[in-house]
Amino acid sequence: MSTRVAVALRVRVDPVACEAYGYCAELLPERVTLDEWGYPVVDGTPVGAGLVDVAARAAAECPRRAFLLEEAGRTH
Amino acid sequence: MTTTTLPRVERLLHSGPGGPTDPGLASHVALHGPLAVPVRHDPAWSDVLLAEVAAAGLTGRGGGGFPAAAKWESLRRAGRRPVVVVNAMEGEPASAKDRALLAWSPHLVLDGAELVAALSGARSVVVCVADDRDASARAVRLAAAERSAAGTGREVTVRQPPARYVTGEESALVSWLDSGDARPVLRVDKSVPLRLGRRAVLLHNAETLAQVALIARHGATWFRAAGTDEAPGSTLVTVSGAVRTPGVIEVGLGTPVDDVVRRCGPTGPVSGYLVGGYGGAWLAPEQASTPLAPGSLARVGATLGVGIVVALPTDSCGIAETARIARWMAGESAGQCGPCVFGLPAIADDLELLAAGRADPGAIGRIDERARSIIGRGACRHPDGVARMVRSALTVFASDAAAHAAGRPCAARHAPSVLPFPTPPALAGEAS
Repeated sequence: MSTRVAVALRVRVDPVACEAYGYCAELLPERVTLDEWGYPVVDGTPVGAGLVDVAARAAAECPRRAFLLEEAGRTH
Repeated sequence: MTTTTLPRVERLLHSGPGGPTDPGLASHVALHGPLAVPVRHDPAWSDVLLAEVAAAGLTGRGGGGFPAAAKWESLRRAGRRPVVVVNAMEGEPASAKDRALLAWSPHLVLDGAELVAALSGARSVVVCVADDRDASARAVRLAAAERSAAGTGREVTVRQPPARYVTGEESALVSWLDSGDARPVLRVDKSVPLRLGRRAVLLHNAETLAQVALIARHGATWFRAAGTDEAPGSTLVTVSGAVRTPGVIEVGLGTPVDDVVRRCGPTGPVSGYLVGGYGGAWLAPEQASTPLAPGSLARVGATLGVGIVVALPTDSCGIAETARIARWMAGESAGQCGPCVFGLPAIADDLELLAAGRADPGAIGRIDERARSIIGRGACRHPDGVARMVRSALTVFASDAAAHAAGRPCAARHAPSVLPFPTPPALAGEAS
């Protein structure tokens, strides 16, 4: 990464858009589990560098665009 | 039982002139004095009012409890003239305070709306009353017409959105005004104002605005003479259940729950108190001295909500009552978010079977686990409120729940519902 300021990223679900396709949990089990009805339960702790690419892929592949990877704020 | 004499607070609801028999403008002015509002936008006047309301420590009386002045500050930063929206939807079936306020003191609410409009530069006021509350709508229209005839005030429009629980949620209400779709909107940052077309929305509960009207006249020090330092001012409370005179009363914030009930004439022993509303929490009888104030209630896992206190008589079943609330609240979901759509009916199913003594041994754990799992996972707080209420019931009525889980149905489960519902939910698990 060539960015100068470290930016913490986290994943989030838009519960209105989500229709329980479940791709996010399949791609990013480190941050997402599914409840008994198949809806994601996300862990909002920062996504480390090692998971950023797969988290971005999970966001891109959500058919409802309900799985979001976004800035949690500057790290310092 | 000894009779306690409590200091009466009569600020919003007066039993004398200007009270329920005479909500007219002349009596209102005679009682409260005229309202001083600048005709043109006056930044110095706005600063004074904002500082006074901030010093008063007025928080929203619609359930959110957000500081009123802070809402204005964030709107100021947004620039542009807003629209003032008065939320008098009162979708909580056990609440009657906004209805009472509009029947008794509609001009106090409109005074508050006028003040907030002048402060924020808004040119119009929209009052929202549910479509099954024609008496309230008439009261507001009549009051608005009186003001218009007197040549005072901004244009007031009354709108009547569908009478559903979730329609009173502020983003759902604004969405209905904007597009006719009365469903909550996911808001990541609640400090960003809602919008109506291109205008920002300044939305307040009806009672909050009535309090603003009083603070503008009498000041922050007067306001703080009622209530506590932590929770200043008075508030309207709707009391029902095991009392002789159910209804709306005004009390200082911080009044203990049992004192509130005492004001309405307790009729007998109580097995629990539902505080806040259907998305509130049950308190056990030994918690009855908890002050009715946001901080004190939060410390026992409850919430002030819209100021509801229901005293459940011991001959009713807390689990059956909770099942009815959960079933009704499941039906009131906007149906947008999976955890709410699937979670609430599943919780209601288990509660109903539990009350009927037909639940499996895992039911109590499953109800608690499901309630916990849905918290924070909807676009709005509807599922969170039900989860809190249900989990508190499992604690307050723990011994009843355990007995029902062991196959002993509640003898009181056929007793008439103590809690009111616009359309009573049928209890499943009772079918033969």
